[in-house]
Amino acid sequence: MGLEIGLGHYLTVAAILFTLGVFGIFLNRKNVIIILMSVELILLAVNLNFVAFSSALNDLQGQVFALLILTVAAAEAAIGLAILVIFYRNRGSIAVDDVNMMKG
Amino acid sequence: MRTICSPTHLIAEREDDEPSAIFFYVFSTIAVISALMVISSRNPVHSVLFLILVFLNASGLFLLAGAEFLALLLVVVYVGAVMVLFLFVVMMLDVDFGSMRQGILQYMPIGVVIGIIFLLELLLVAGSFVIAPQLSGVATVPIDMGVQNTKALGLVIYTRYAFLFEGAGAVLLVAMIGAIVLTLRHKVNVKRQDPAVQSARRPADAMKIVKVKSGQGL
Repeated sequence: MGLEIGLGHYLTVAAILFTLGVFGIFLNRKNVIIILMSVELILLAVNLNFVAFSSALNDLQGQVFALLILTVAAAEAAIGLAILVIFYRNRGSIAVDDVNMMKG
Repeated sequence: MRTICSPTHLIAEREDDEPSAIFFYVFSTIAVISALMVISSRNPVHSVLFLILVFLNASGLFLLAGAEFLALLLVVVYVGAVMVLFLFVVMMLDVDFGSMRQGILQYMPIGVVIGIIFLLELLLVAGSFVIAPQLSGVATVPIDMGVQNTKALGLVIYTRYAFLFEGAGAVLLVAMIGAIVLTLRHKVNVKRQDPAVQSARRPADAMKIVKVKSGQGL
C-alpha cells in the first residue's frame, strides 16, 4: 500500500506549493496583491518543509524556526499592504508598470 | 531534563497509518488545488478566499505532522488577521482588476517553463535526499512525546531561543511602526487636540474681567 506518509510526501506538497507561488509571481506580473499572496504561498511552503523535517528528525528546532518565519511573513504582509495603500493613494492604480516615479 | 520516549520516527508511525494518510491526501490535494486557484482566479477577492483555504489545509497538515501549536497559530494569526487584512485592502482599493490580466498570456510560456524546471528540481531533491545516519540521533531539542507541543515550544523559546524570540518581537514592532508611519495622513483642515497647549492654558490668559459701569454697557 502506498498509504505510508513519510517525509518525502510532505516535501513534495511543499515543493508544489512553492512552485505555484513562483509561477503566480510570473503569471500575475501586473497585480501587486496577487504577487503578495504568492509570496505568502512561498513562505507557507517553507514552513511546511520546516515542520516536516522537525517531525521526521524528532527535533523541535524546526518548529521554532517555522514560528519565526510566520512572524516575518506577517510583518512582510503588513508592510507590503501599507506600501500598496499609499501607492494607490498617490497613483490611483496598483499596476506594477506604474512604479516608475523614481526612474531617472 | 527531558527524555526521549521514542527514537527517530517517521511522521506516520505516531498514529494509525490509514486515517492519517487519508487525511494527508485530502488536505494536500485541497491545498494544492486552492493554491492553483489563488494564482489563476480572475477576482482578487476569490484569490484571498482561496488563500484562506490553503492556509486552513496547511494547518491540517501541520496537525498531522505533530506541530499543533503552529497549526492553531496559522489559523488564528493568518486566517484571522493577515488574510482579513488582505481582504480589507482588496475591497478598499477600487481598481479595475480585469484590465490587469491583459498581458497574462504574454508571460504564460516563460512562467510555465520556469515553474516546471523549478518543480522538477525540487521533486528531484525531495525524492532522492538522504539524511546522514550520524544526524538521526542528535536532535538539538528532542521532542518529548510526554509533553504537549505548546508547552514544549514554550519551554524552549523563552530560554534557548530567547534572543530569536526578542528579535521576532523587534521585527513586529518595526513593522507596526512602519505601517503606521507609512499610512498616517495629517489632514490640513481638521482641528486637532493638543494636550500640551490645553494644560498650559491659564485663567489669566483665557479671560479678561471687565468692570462695567451700571447703565452704560461696554
